[in-house]
Amino acid sequence: MSEKKTNRRDFLFTATYAVGAVGVAATIWPMIDQMNPDASVKALASTEVDISAVNPGKTITVLWRGKPVFIRRRTDDEITEARAVQMDELKHPEKDEDRVKNPEWLVMLGVCTHLGCVPLDQKGDFNGWFCPCHGSHYDTSGRIRKGPAPTNMEIPKYEFVNSNTIKIG
Amino acid sequence: MKKILNLLSSILVIFSISLNVVSAEKVEYLKTDWSFKGLFGKFDRASLQRGYQVYTEVCSSCHSMKYLSYRNLAEKGGPEFSIEQAKAIASSFEVIDGPNSDGEMFTRPGKLSDKFVMPYDNVKAAQAANGGAYPPDMSVLVKARKGGVDYIYSLLQGYEDPPAGITLDDGVYYNKFMYGNKIKMSNQLSDGLIQYADGTNATVEQMSKDVTTFLMWAAEPHLEARHKMGFKAIVYLIILTVLVYFSMKKIWSRIETKV
Amino acid sequence: MSDHNYTPNSKFGKWFNDRLPLLTLANHLTEYPTPKNLNYWWTFGGILTFCLITQIVTGLVLAMHYIAHADMAFDSVEHIMRDVNYGWLIRYIHANGASMFFLAVYIHIFRSLFYGSYKAPREVIWIIGIIIYLLMMAAAFMGYVLPWGQMSFWGATVITNLFSAIPLVGEGIVTWLWGGYSVDNPTLTRFFTLHYLIPFLILGLVVLHIWALHVPGNNNPVGIDIKKPSKDTVPFHPYIVIKDGFALLMFMIVFAFFVFYTPNILGHADNYIEADPLVTPAHIVPEWYLLPFYAILRSVPDKLLGVVAMLSAILILAALPWLDTSKVRSAVFRPLYKQFYWILVADVLILGYVGAMPAEGLYLLVARVATAYYFLHFLVILPLLGLREKTTPVPLSITEPILGGTSNLATAKNKNDLKI
Repeated sequence: MSEKKTNRRDFLFTATYAVGAVGVAATIWPMIDQMNPDASVKALASTEVDISAVNPGKTITVLWRGKPVFIRRRTDDEITEARAVQMDELKHPEKDEDRVKNPEWLVMLGVCTHLGCVPLDQKGDFNGWFCPCHGSHYDTSGRIRKGPAPTNMEIPKYEFVNSNTIKIG
Repeated sequence: MKKILNLLSSILVIFSISLNVVSAEKVEYLKTDWSFKGLFGKFDRASLQRGYQVYTEVCSSCHSMKYLSYRNLAEKGGPEFSIEQAKAIASSFEVIDGPNSDGEMFTRPGKLSDKFVMPYDNVKAAQAANGGAYPPDMSVLVKARKGGVDYIYSLLQGYEDPPAGITLDDGVYYNKFMYGNKIKMSNQLSDGLIQYADGTNATVEQMSKDVTTFLMWAAEPHLEARHKMGFKAIVYLIILTVLVYFSMKKIWSRIETKV
Repeated sequence: MSDHNYTPNSKFGKWFNDRLPLLTLANHLTEYPTPKNLNYWWTFGGILTFCLITQIVTGLVLAMHYIAHADMAFDSVEHIMRDVNYGWLIRYIHANGASMFFLAVYIHIFRSLFYGSYKAPREVIWIIGIIIYLLMMAAAFMGYVLPWGQMSFWGATVITNLFSAIPLVGEGIVTWLWGGYSVDNPTLTRFFTLHYLIPFLILGLVVLHIWALHVPGNNNPVGIDIKKPSKDTVPFHPYIVIKDGFALLMFMIVFAFFVFYTPNILGHADNYIEADPLVTPAHIVPEWYLLPFYAILRSVPDKLLGVVAMLSAILILAALPWLDTSKVRSAVFRPLYKQFYWILVADVLILGYVGAMPAEGLYLLVARVATAYYFLHFLVILPLLGLREKTTPVPLSITEPILGGTSNLATAKNKNDLKI
């Protein structure tokens, strides 16, 4: 076979393979994307919570996107304790001021950042939360202080609709 | 190549036979231009928005649309109300939610994620309120009726006085496009029945067309995406087929047999 | 076969192949000597493999979103159509895919009938094929029940009631099939389970089908035995692969047209109405691919005999290798058989047509005549034809022109063997 002939044939076959591969990829995508959250799940992104009945020192847990959200009405002692912590004591330095919109209300995703268990309220060495799965201790601002969890508990997007209602998401 | 054409034509013959079977017993429906038909068919947004108005102001007092949510009204390929408009529409409805922390159900203004509010709590209640006939849910109605959009469009305009010799029971009406001609829904549309927000003249024909368009979208919310993707897919397949055809010729040219 | 001597080039390949001869298998599949005169009717085997895989993959995806419960099935299908990402696409591919699958399998079966591919030594391939076809019908029927629309429900009721025709135990069997006193939630969940299972059984049988094919090798349009490998054959790859690929793409264009532009035309409008045990739709019609058998069922006025006739119409195919007494395979060399073949095709199409029509008047008469002819073809015409028909001369090999020497297949075969 001459050199020239080979080249032309190669081009035709390469083009065929390339175009075919594009089609296969385009076909695979819908099969993968179907497992992503669907339109009805995405639409349920926000929940409104009535907090008027929560007394200081109590926590309520609400479900948001299938996960627990802790809404804690902190006592003055807890706020003071959270704010007194030095940044260099923290594994994941974040000021308490940056984690709350209103110091009285701590709103955070009740999911341990280690492997996703739900920590227990008012347990552990720092008067905050304690994860029973692998022993992570969180403080009164939900920050990781001891144990395997890498980061502080996450703060979801939320806002105060009025003084009695929080909208999460 | 001739063989391939033969093959294709036999496929088409088989299918046209089965299609004829499907479309046997044709009634001559009223004709109109549907913008969503054809290879590039798209919905007419203004018509969809008007159709939604007809549905809310006329149909929705009896017919539910349980598979639609208010968010759909703002989605691409639909009536495409703005998010704000859709939110306003949703909040104009009272939605039952709950139970709250006291274990009681309560009502609140609708949200985008809520399904269309149903006129009746259940099928039995709907039947009781409509003389025993259940006004069918309209979410997929267009696909659930032989004749589809043409049928619905004609039916809405098909009310007539019964011909001599046909007697109708109470609560039964004569419609020349209804299967069996007897329908339990009375004529709902009349010229000028509603005031279109965009100022279009609300004739019976116009309202029928708008609401049917809206129902088509409700039944096939991804129709536009489907047409668009279909065109791309078929163009792509044709290109690949041509490439493979020439590759095949090239490969088979190594031996004397023809393909 | 040559592939038994295959040795991989690489050291690792050899090590692996000694333990699990996958490379030998791959080599066998690529080198597999295929008659070079196969026409496009032979590409439907590959197309069917594509159809099966498409159905399995899209079905798997749908099962992730579908809820097999009488109260939620219809809703979950609408959820797939509206909210799941590309759900509408996947469901329409799956629904139309069933029709495309049957279209392809009918072409495949009729190709086999024309070219005598069911004859010795390929009887086992043929019978496995019939079993696959039966399983396809079961899978398609149960799949149609899953959306839980009116046609689903009433189709399930009517088809399961066929078993009540069995004397004595019939009623008991039907109740057992239903798991209740009517088609209901227990029926739906078991149908879903079986609908999920059957495609994998089919997949297993397809492997056997191909395995059995690779023992004698492909039949071909001339219908003669050929020496493999020889001047008459080409390696499967790339020759047949590219040809199958080309035909598959043509098929996919038709498929895409249905999916994207008329996705519901092969379905029935009533199936978009949620199942209602109190109201039967005006016309109960099975999907188009089952219509000929439906016509046979209805053409017999007796319940039990109708079911027997319908089942026999399929099972009779399994006896075909022995009912056809002709030594010549391909209809190309059987002038009379060729005519009867086309009459049979027309007969089946007519049965399909009347199957969709109301069972009354002229339709019923036509259905009865067509049913009678169907059985006549297999039970009387084929056996007699093989004994009486004067066939035209069969060539000695694919590459050689007809030598006019002999029309006797046995002789041709021997001559072919002599050329080693």
